[in-house]
Amino acid sequence: MLAYFGLFRREILLAWRQGGEIGLALGFFVLVVLLFPLGVGPEAEILSRIGAGVIWAAALLAAVLSLDRLFAGDHSDGGLDLMALSVMPLEGVVLVKCAAHWVMTGLPLVVLSPFLALLFNLDIAAIPTLVVGLLIGTPALSLLGAIAAALTLGARRPGVLSSLLVLPLYLPVLIFGAGAAEASVSGGARPHLLLLAALSLAALPLAPFATAAALRQALD
Amino acid sequence: MVLTGANGSGKSSLLRLLATLLMPVTGRLLWNGAPVRDDLSAYRARLHYVGHLEAIKPALRVRETLAFWAQTRGIGTASVDRALAVFGLAQIADWPCRWLSAGQRRRLALARLVATPAPLWLLDEPGAALDADGEARLVAAIAGHRDRGGRVVVATHQPIALSGGSELRLGDFAVAETLVDF
Repeated sequence: MLAYFGLFRREILLAWRQGGEIGLALGFFVLVVLLFPLGVGPEAEILSRIGAGVIWAAALLAAVLSLDRLFAGDHSDGGLDLMALSVMPLEGVVLVKCAAHWVMTGLPLVVLSPFLALLFNLDIAAIPTLVVGLLIGTPALSLLGAIAAALTLGARRPGVLSSLLVLPLYLPVLIFGAGAAEASVSGGARPHLLLLAALSLAALPLAPFATAAALRQALD
Repeated sequence: MVLTGANGSGKSSLLRLLATLLMPVTGRLLWNGAPVRDDLSAYRARLHYVGHLEAIKPALRVRETLAFWAQTRGIGTASVDRALAVFGLAQIADWPCRWLSAGQRRRLALARLVATPAPLWLLDEPGAALDADGEARLVAAIAGHRDRGGRVVVATHQPIALSGGSELRLGDFAVAETLVDF
């Protein structure tokens, strides 16, 4: 337990001290969301209709942007070798790193989302659903993203490659996440939220195994 | 044991294999006669591996770095200060690692050996970038470890002042193949 706690603490410390990377992801998230009203025009009805989808799409892209730092640093400085030899199984290492990644990138997106929703004139009834959806859906983004981040370790252009790998995996999260916010106006968000939770819960045990297998390949 | 040989003779690969970071295509790796694959985590808990890369984050402090690697071995940080002293890093324990020179980074990597106990040390070019004082501290640490019954495998192409150890020269593929097959 000490090892897991130590790793989580280090990941948070590193992300905090190298704050530029978190700022980059959050800045990117806000900027992408703000670009849409400029592109589609100021009509409140249109913005209200597309708002949830835009926020979810921006959250997906921001998550992809921050995936690089999950394993690349430890791979290039030899830290991954030592983690493989530690008392923690690699699956546990992956889980802790994903948890820290979510705390430092997913959670801030959740906190920012209601303010951005107001800019889109989103129905007040839809905002809590949007926030809850992001809260239970963004862990899946970190977990699924970890698979792509591990698979592209050592690749010449890992950012582009991991985007291509992970965005198709993110589609169900986007569909049910945006769908939940839209359905909340008519009172039918529950099935969407349950499916979103199912995606995160399914990724929780499966993604660490797939990611750890990819990391073992990278260590060879 | 000191592994010597020209560049590319397989010293680092053999060390990575002994560390189970690489798996032999043929043959088996044994510890006291038992295949290490039977209980990989127990074997890994018995070894320290210091490779070419130091696993140091510029944003972390020297003490934080060492404490973290001690924690990943499931051991507390009680020996961290002693390890820093052994390798002459006590006075810079609170420096961020981005301030360290190459030699100081190497000392910090080697301090992991003392921060947590393990009977088998696998060291890849441990003297690289060390000055005379650093090398003397390394030799003393290795001697102390061997006195306590520990085993050390050092891969190097530079002479290192170790007494009483055996030397294995990796000169050609045939030798390497035999070793992998033990």
